[in-house]
Amino acid sequence: MKLQLPCDEVTIRSLKVGDFVELSGRLITGRDSAHHWLIKEMREEVLPMMRGSVIYHVGPVVKKHEDGSYSFVAAGPTTSAREEPYQAEVIGRYGLRGVIGKGGMGPKTLAGLQQYGAVYFHAIGGAAQVLAQSVKRVETVFQLEEFGVPEALWVIQVEDFPVVVTMDSHGGSLHAAVDAASKSQLDALLGLSA
Amino acid sequence: MLETSKEQWTARFVEVIARASTQLPPDVVEALRQGRQREDEGSLAARALDTVLRNIELAAGNWQPICQDTGTPLVWIHHPVGMSTRLLTGAFEEAVRQATARQLLRPNAVDPLLDKNTGNGAAPGIPTVHCEEWDEAGVEVRMMLKGGGCENVGAQYTLPNPALKADRNLEGVKRCILDAIYKAQGKGCSPGIIGACFGGDRGSGFLESKRQLLRRLDDRNPIPELDAMEREIFDKANQLGIGPMGFGGSTTVLGVKIGYLGRLPASYFVSVSYMCWANRRAGAFFAPDGSVTWLE
Repeated sequence: MKLQLPCDEVTIRSLKVGDFVELSGRLITGRDSAHHWLIKEMREEVLPMMRGSVIYHVGPVVKKHEDGSYSFVAAGPTTSAREEPYQAEVIGRYGLRGVIGKGGMGPKTLAGLQQYGAVYFHAIGGAAQVLAQSVKRVETVFQLEEFGVPEALWVIQVEDFPVVVTMDSHGGSLHAAVDAASKSQLDALLGLSA
Repeated sequence: MLETSKEQWTARFVEVIARASTQLPPDVVEALRQGRQREDEGSLAARALDTVLRNIELAAGNWQPICQDTGTPLVWIHHPVGMSTRLLTGAFEEAVRQATARQLLRPNAVDPLLDKNTGNGAAPGIPTVHCEEWDEAGVEVRMMLKGGGCENVGAQYTLPNPALKADRNLEGVKRCILDAIYKAQGKGCSPGIIGACFGGDRGSGFLESKRQLLRRLDDRNPIPELDAMEREIFDKANQLGIGPMGFGGSTTVLGVKIGYLGRLPASYFVSVSYMCWANRRAGAFFAPDGSVTWLE
């Protein structure tokens, strides 16, 4: 299905684990330094770009053109688990409706998704070219000088950006389900079953 | 003879880096295609692998990085007697800076003391260049770009490990490797390639586990015991059901490569390195007459 950003809570709460979604509209990027920065104090300047939209865990390769504009050269997701301590608070404080990343997140974020009405979108790790093609325009960038290219907060316009819902706002997590099933299988293979 | 300047070696190494970053080796692409065939039509696993295969084609066609995390450049150079290892290492470091300026690599090195990205791709220990003398007249370069996501799920075990019922023997080694694959789930960008080493110390064991990742996926380990281990772990890992990206499915690993080193009586390490599906290997042989042969 297709989803336009920013979007409202009802739409997000209708999404379920396993849904394949193509995102269009404006979103912001942010990873390790960005999450620390967003938590440390309220950053009013980025709030309008974040409310109702999603934050994308990515450290892109970016090309700067002669006219001063930027374009994304390669932009696949980075591992989300590192933001587990901060994510729920960032979602709540900035009114995010979701997160894009890879590898999934833990119980604290899952609870945050339920509380605030947001989902975790899993992009295909390593698919930097396919995903960069979906990034149509770089609107602006925050903290570029301080954090460097991969860690800056890039505000981008995307079109039909392909993702899978792997954690929803009802407590569902594909990651928890696959982990549990593979653990049983491992125990069976190694003869460790209780 | 190989009387070339540092600048010439730098230019050659930039070409090797460009190939590693943008052109996935054919054996890896083939393994991904075979994995795709095993997955059910319409499944999340099939969809993930379709995207991966499309991404590989796009990157190759445009000579753009397959993945934005262009990783740590790990390099092994064999050179003839008498060549300067400082020249080769310095040339490779410069090649990383030039490749970064050309967006073949992302500025991927952070100085942890200053907590700042160096901006040029290089920092102490990045790239890691290992030079070794050999009897050939030419120079062989083999490198990989190993991303941070997969590096983070690497694991090191000490035997015995009671929780895994793993004793100090080859069966114990297998148990550790399977546990590492389970623990990685999809976080290392599965389907992954496993490089493992038993024996060695904590440092040498991990290094050997990474060197194993230079092997072609379709090769066979010449040591029968290790060949059997590689096959058994490959089969069992693909029964875990983790699948591409951890979405579930039957393609969890694309290959398992195992080596060993001597150990102390007191130590028995099992070091496991996980390589993402974007197994960006490249190799080249530079002959004395200046010709280049690309190695797979």
